Formats: sequence, C-alpha cells, structure tokens
Amino acid sequence: MISFSQVSKRFPGGFEALRDVTFTIEAGEMAFVSGHSGAGKSTLLKMIAAIETPSSGSVVVNGQNIGKMSRTAVPYLRRNVGLVFQDHKLLFNRTAFENVMLPLHIAGFDPTEGARRVRAALDKVGLLNREKAFPVALSGGEQQRLCIARAIVNRPSILLADEPTGNLDANYAHDILEMFKSFNQVGVTILIATPDPTAAREWKARLLTLNHGALAA
Amino acid sequence: MRIWLIHHRQAAALVLRQFARTPVATFLTMLVIAVSLSLPAGLYALLKNVNDLASLAHGEPQITLVLASSANSSAIDDIRARLQKYADIAEVRFISREQGLQELNKDVGLGEITAGLEKNPLPDIFTVRSTHHDAESIVRLQKELQALPKVDAALLDEAWAKRLEALLGLGQKAVLILAILLGFALVVITGNTVRLQILSARDEIEVSKLIGATDPFVRRPFLYHGALQGLCGGILAWAIVAITFHLLNDNVGKLTDLYSFSFLLTLPSTTDIAGLLIFGALLGWLGAYLSVGRHLREVEPH
Ligand SMILES: Nc1ncnc2c1ncn2[C@@H]1O[C@H](COP(=O)(O)OP(=O)(O)OP(=O)(O)O)[C@@H](O)[C@H]1O
Ligand SMILES: [Mg+2]
Repeated sequence: MISFSQVSKRFPGGFEALRDVTFTIEAGEMAFVSGHSGAGKSTLLKMIAAIETPSSGSVVVNGQNIGKMSRTAVPYLRRNVGLVFQDHKLLFNRTAFENVMLPLHIAGFDPTEGARRVRAALDKVGLLNREKAFPVALSGGEQQRLCIARAIVNRPSILLADEPTGNLDANYAHDILEMFKSFNQVGVTILIATPDPTAAREWKARLLTLNHGALAA
Repeated sequence: MRIWLIHHRQAAALVLRQFARTPVATFLTMLVIAVSLSLPAGLYALLKNVNDLASLAHGEPQITLVLASSANSSAIDDIRARLQKYADIAEVRFISREQGLQELNKDVGLGEITAGLEKNPLPDIFTVRSTHHDAESIVRLQKELQALPKVDAALLDEAWAKRLEALLGLGQKAVLILAILLGFALVVITGNTVRLQILSARDEIEVSKLIGATDPFVRRPFLYHGALQGLCGGILAWAIVAITFHLLNDNVGKLTDLYSFSFLLTLPSTTDIAGLLIFGALLGWLGAYLSVGRHLREVEPH
C-alpha cells in the first residue's frame, strides 16, 4: 500500500531531509513515525500525498509511483489520502461546515448527501455545534479537530496525520487516537507523525523512528 | 455529467458572490472593458449608418441594362415582364435605341456627328431603380440582372459605387484595427484582474490542490470570472453606443433637415449585439485563461 525504497530527499538548498529510507506499510496497518524536530517526519508524509517528490529512490502508494505520476493523476491520488496538516491549513474565510465540505465539493458530491456526511464528520470530532463558526473563533485544539474532520469526510483509504495531537490535552489526544484506531479497524491505513514515541507502544502499533532523515533500525 | 453541472453551477455562484463582495471595483473594471468595446462597436454601427446615408445623399443609384443587338421586340417584352416581377425593383424604364439617339441629338447637340452615321450605334436599354439603398443589395441586384438572357451588361453608376466602396473599405479597416487593439487591451485587463483574484485566493487554491482539486476545477471560477466580466462589459458597451446614438440623433435630425431629407442613426441589429456580447465574453475568457495558465503553477502547494 505504501512502500518506500531507498528514498532520499535533497531540498534545493542542498539540505538532505531524508536519507536512504526503506519501509513498507501494508493496507490496513496503523503506524507511527517519530523523531526529533527536523528529523523529516513531515517530509516523509508529504511524499505519500505527492506534495514532495523523492530526489532518488521510489515511493509507491496504492500501486502508483509518486515520482513518475503525471500531473493530472495527482488529484485523484490525493482524494484517496486524508491529510491532517501540522499547520491545519484551514480556510479562514469559510465556516467550519464549509471547510469540511470542501473535499466533497471538489470530488463533486451531491450537496445534500455531502451535508449529511459533513455533519457526521463534525460529530465524530465533537464540533457539530460549531458548524457555523469561522476558524478564528475556534481554539487551537478545535482547529486541529476540524482539520481531522476534513481529512476523514471523504472516507479515504489512507489517513496521514502530522502531529494531530500537538495542541490537545492528554484527554483529547487520547480520544483522537481512539478515533484513529476505530478508522483503522474498518480498514483505513493510518500513519501518524508524532515527536513522542510512547504513543505507538500504548496503541500497540508499529513505530518508525527517524533520526536526521535516516530510519533507525 | 451531473458532477460537471454541479461544478459549473458552483463556480458561477462563486464568481457572482465575488462580484457582490467588491461591487465598485467590479463595476469599474467592467466599465473600462465597456469603453474599449464601445469604440469599435460604435464605429461599426456608425459605418452601417453611413452606408444608408451615402445612398440617400447621392440619390438612388440606377442600374442600366444594355441589351444585346440581337434582342427583338418580343425579347424586350419578355425582359420587361421579368423585371416587373422582381420584388426589389422599384421602377423600370425602357429607352429604345431610336429614343436614345434622339435624346443624344437634342441634349448634347451632337446632331451633326450622329447624322453622319449610317447606322444607329446605340443599344436598347432598360434603366432600373432598386427598392434598396445599401450598396450590398444593389450590387447583388446588378449581378442578378447581368445574368438575364439577351442582356449584354448591367451597369451601375460607377462613381457612386466606387466612392461608397472606398469609404466603407476605409471604415471597415479602421473598425478592424480598433477591434484588434482594444481586444488586446481587454485581454490584458482581464488577465490582470484575474491575476489579482488568484493572488487573493492563494490559500484557497493551495488547500484545494492539497485535498485533490484538479487543475480544471481550480481554473474554472477564474474563467467564469473573465467571461462574465467580458459579457457584462459587452452589455455596458452596447448601452454606451445606444446612449451616444440617442444623443447624436438630435443633431443628426437637425443637420439632415437642412439638407431637406430625413435620416436618423439606427442602432445595431440583434445579431450585431449578440456578436458584441460573444466577442466580449470570449476575450474575457481568453484573458483569464492565459492569466490562470501563467500564475496557477506559482501557487503549487508545499
Ligand atoms: N521546502 C524546504 N526547503 C528546504 N528545506 C526544507 C524544506 N522543507 C523542509 N525542509 C527541511 O527538512 C528538514 C525536515 O523537515 P520536516 O518538516 O520534515 O521535519 P519534521 O520532522 O516534520 O519536524 P517537526 O517535528 O518540527 O515538524 C528540516 O530541517 C527542514 O528545515
Ligand atoms: Mg513536521
């Protein structure tokens, strides 16, 4: 499902964010990526969604080689990959409801059916009563949950979450991970970046550890 | 298909909301487009009027049918009958070769010279007046009459036709050049407003792409923006032309009264107006398309 083979990423400045990374995550697996700040966690997740391309080596997602994909195929891959961004990337001129509606709108959903799904997703993250709020009116944690709702609303087969519990207190963090676990149980492949490697142990999930761009054994 | 419809409806709604959010700026842009469209459109409409006016001012041109020398009286009657059946012929006059010779003797005083001729060199002729005033229809009629049997030539008052043709040719060229120049301006204006739209929607474009928006999806609202702006510009341009003609007609009326005939500027036909609107919308779309193509790749997500 997700397969990295000898992947390196060198940014234009010459900085090497990933070095010779090789691993495979099977369909339906749940895994954590941990490492210090700047270790390359976000870069690794972005490659899976074709936001970054490898400088060398190959990344294969759902059978598609990220480095060799045509520009027109990328959007369809992304519709199948839910993304929870480290910096949320919410649209501040749209309400919570409209933010979550956006992926469905893009995928051409029927508006009525879409609205139903949006409410279900907002309900899952506990924001149903804030659907008319604009992101500025939401707390950091609420924005993060809104971002999660947007990532899951289109029922992707892969969910990538970049430090999804960074702004949440222990209780909410636990709830969120619980939610991810339940998605995983219905077959969604899940990859979570977190600076804290203990979560993986707690959730009995696989742990990939990055150290200055290289995967620790 | 359904998805496609939904997307188009939503893109159009988005653009209308954008217009509503910045009504003054939107209106001013449309006005600039309207002014640049109204110049060639107005000139074009004026030209059509000049066409009418020219035929009025120069008197109605007549077509002279020169009959073949082999045409006998029954052939002449036949031609007369045919001419009288034409809907666009107002008046038919026959001048026989004898009449022609008499007139020549009388009017021009060439009696001595013609008297010396042993044979009448003149042909029988018909003179015909068209019900139309415009050069195009008259020339068409001339061509038709030319093709009649036993007609050697159908002659149009050449000076009249040439003068009008030259004048109209000049005007048409001027309209064409103006249309090209100002069409270019319209593309640039639209491109620029769309560029500003893209920059102000940077986040929206970036996020949309991150969650699976295709290039056509991202492009669509901007294309709508350009086309709609051009269309509204076209409507305003038509209004400018209509108002200008209305104001000018006061003076045109007074002027033509002095020359003791009546003439008023008429507005462009529905086809011409439709053409103007389509021209505006197409150029707006083109400006937006070029601009989006150039700037969209600058907004690649990271
Ligand atoms: N577009 C870029 N151009 C140049 N360098 C970059 C770019 N993106 C990331 N980097 C560098 O690559 C390294 C890895 O970045 P990345 O964002 O993957 O780290 P991270 O593990 O997610 O860190 P954090 O825990 O702070 O989010 C960093 O040193 C960063 O400065
Ligand atoms: Mg990061």
